[in-house]
Amino acid sequence: MQRRTFLKGSMASGAVAVAVGAGLLTPQTVLAAWPKAAFDAKGVDGTMSALFGGASTTDSKDIKIKAPDIAENGAVVPVSVTTSISGIESISLLAASNPSPLTASFNMSANTEGYVSTRIKVRKTSKVTAVVKAGGKLFTASKDVKVTIGGCGG
Amino acid sequence: MAKGIKIRAQAKKGVTTVKALMSHPMHTGLRKNKKTGKKIPAHFIQEVKCEHNGSVMMTALWGPAVSKNPYLSFKFKGGAKGDSIKVSWVDNKGQSSSKDAKIR
Repeated sequence: MQRRTFLKGSMASGAVAVAVGAGLLTPQTVLAAWPKAAFDAKGVDGTMSALFGGASTTDSKDIKIKAPDIAENGAVVPVSVTTSISGIESISLLAASNPSPLTASFNMSANTEGYVSTRIKVRKTSKVTAVVKAGGKLFTASKDVKVTIGGCGG
Repeated sequence: MAKGIKIRAQAKKGVTTVKALMSHPMHTGLRKNKKTGKKIPAHFIQEVKCEHNGSVMMTALWGPAVSKNPYLSFKFKGGAKGDSIKVSWVDNKGQSSSKDAKIR
C-alpha cells in the first residue's frame, strides 16, 4: 500500500512537471504589433491577404531589389530594397518558395528614406518580392533568385 | 550566448545611414538537430526597433526566415554627428537586447 501511494504521489508531481515544462517550452510572448497570422500564412496570396487584407497591388518600376542572381547559400541571401516612392509606410519582403513566404516587414516613419537592406533565408530558387506600402496603396517588384543550397536544410 | 549588437551610423549630406549587426541564432523551428533527430525549437527575433534621439525611426517585424546573426541597414533624413541611435530587439522567447551608439 505504501508503494502505491508513493506511485500516486510521484505521478501527480510528474504531471505538474510536464505541465510546467510545456509552459516553459512555449513561452510565446504576444507582441501586439507582430502579425502572427501573416508570418504563418502559406503561399504568397495567403500572406498578402493576411498582411494587407487582400488589397490589390500594382507593379512598380520605382522599386529596385538588389539581390544576387545566383545565391550559393540560401541561408544567407543579401537583399536590398530601394524605392523612390514618397510617403512609404512599410516595406515587406516575401520569398515565394519558403514554408511561410513573409520574411520581414519594415515599418517606416515619416523621415525614413525608401531603403532597407538585410539578409534572408530562401529555401529554393524562387522569386523574392518586395511590397511597398505608400499612401495606403501597395506597390510590388520581384526578382528571381537562384539558390544552389537551400536555406532551411537540416 | 552572445547577445551583442554592433551599430554603425554615419551622417552624410543630411541623410543618416544606420547599419546594425545583431548576434542571434534565428532558429526557424523546422531544422532538425542531426545528432538527436529532434527539431530545434523556433527562436528568432520578432521585433527590432531603431530610435534616433528617442523617436522611433523604424520598426522591423521579422519572421524566422531572416538569416542568423541578422544584418539590417536603413536610411533616414536628418541626424547629425553625435546624435544617439538606439537599436533594440525582442525575440519569440521574450529575450531582448538593446544598444546605444552615436552618429559619426
